[in-house]
Amino acid sequence: MNELSPLLALGEPFPRGVLPYLLGGLLVGVGAAVIYLATGIIAGASTFLESTLSYVSNVPRFNRFKYVQSRDWRLVFTAGIVSGAAVYAVLFQGGIWTTEVQWWRLLGGGFLVGVGTRLGKGCTSGHGVCGVGSLSNTSFVNVATFLAIAIGTAQLVQAVGVAP
Amino acid sequence: MSSTRRSQLFMPIIYVGGLIFGFGLAISGMARPEVVLDFLQFEDFGLLFVMGGAAVVTGVTFAVATRYLDRAPLTASEYTRRVKAFDRNVVIGGTIFGVGWGLSGICPGAAYASVGIGNYPILWAVVGMFLGAYAQGYWRALRSSTTDDVTETASS
Repeated sequence: MNELSPLLALGEPFPRGVLPYLLGGLLVGVGAAVIYLATGIIAGASTFLESTLSYVSNVPRFNRFKYVQSRDWRLVFTAGIVSGAAVYAVLFQGGIWTTEVQWWRLLGGGFLVGVGTRLGKGCTSGHGVCGVGSLSNTSFVNVATFLAIAIGTAQLVQAVGVAP
Repeated sequence: MSSTRRSQLFMPIIYVGGLIFGFGLAISGMARPEVVLDFLQFEDFGLLFVMGGAAVVTGVTFAVATRYLDRAPLTASEYTRRVKAFDRNVVIGGTIFGVGWGLSGICPGAAYASVGIGNYPILWAVVGMFLGAYAQGYWRALRSSTTDDVTETASS
């Protein structure tokens, strides 16, 4: 990763090529499609947060029927995501990979992502993949909003010199 | 109740779907916050192909299933689209999500996949997401109990 950074500044739009992105994206879609075709379930990744909280919290919001009813398969879905990525790591990555992004950015950013995805009814997979795939106006608005704000935030963070 | 109608294959297929989903996220690089941040900083536009490629596959699948297929074999559920009601929270939530995504380079699915590629520092983000989800749920529960049921029915 680090040795790539100087190359990225040259303005090449796809410094790592397009194929891994396209292949990865198609597989993300296939994963969602397999579940949908077999079960009719439109799987998003972020409802897992609330539904899993229902195991440990008495807050009524987390114990609504739709969360309690779906919490078991959402655990399985998430375990699938973790192990799918682990399969990739074993086959193609050669050992574990760790981020250089600082812990406070991960914690603080994660917190805001947790608030935002639940308030906004979905995340990059729920709205961005399944909602956009459903041609839902709500999802288009949500995705346009979070993309624009995320770009602004990332540029700002970079501009004030926070790296990595 | 509904679990009694579930096929034996229900959990295995959910797992397999998640497996493909996570494998795809790992190949795409989204499990690495650096790749996401490069995209947001206009240094690598590859992520457009991740979201675009995935949305095309789900779009075609949803269109075909809702038009031509009857019911899902494992649950007997009808095929539907993911259409959620629009309200102010969609924009407010998207804004907060955007700040978090731009700060950390992490979103929920990608964070789980990141755990899978051995990125243990990502647990900071996972903990953060749970705390954030808890905070908003706690706050909304508190708010709806102090402002009667009127706002709750209006917003849900």
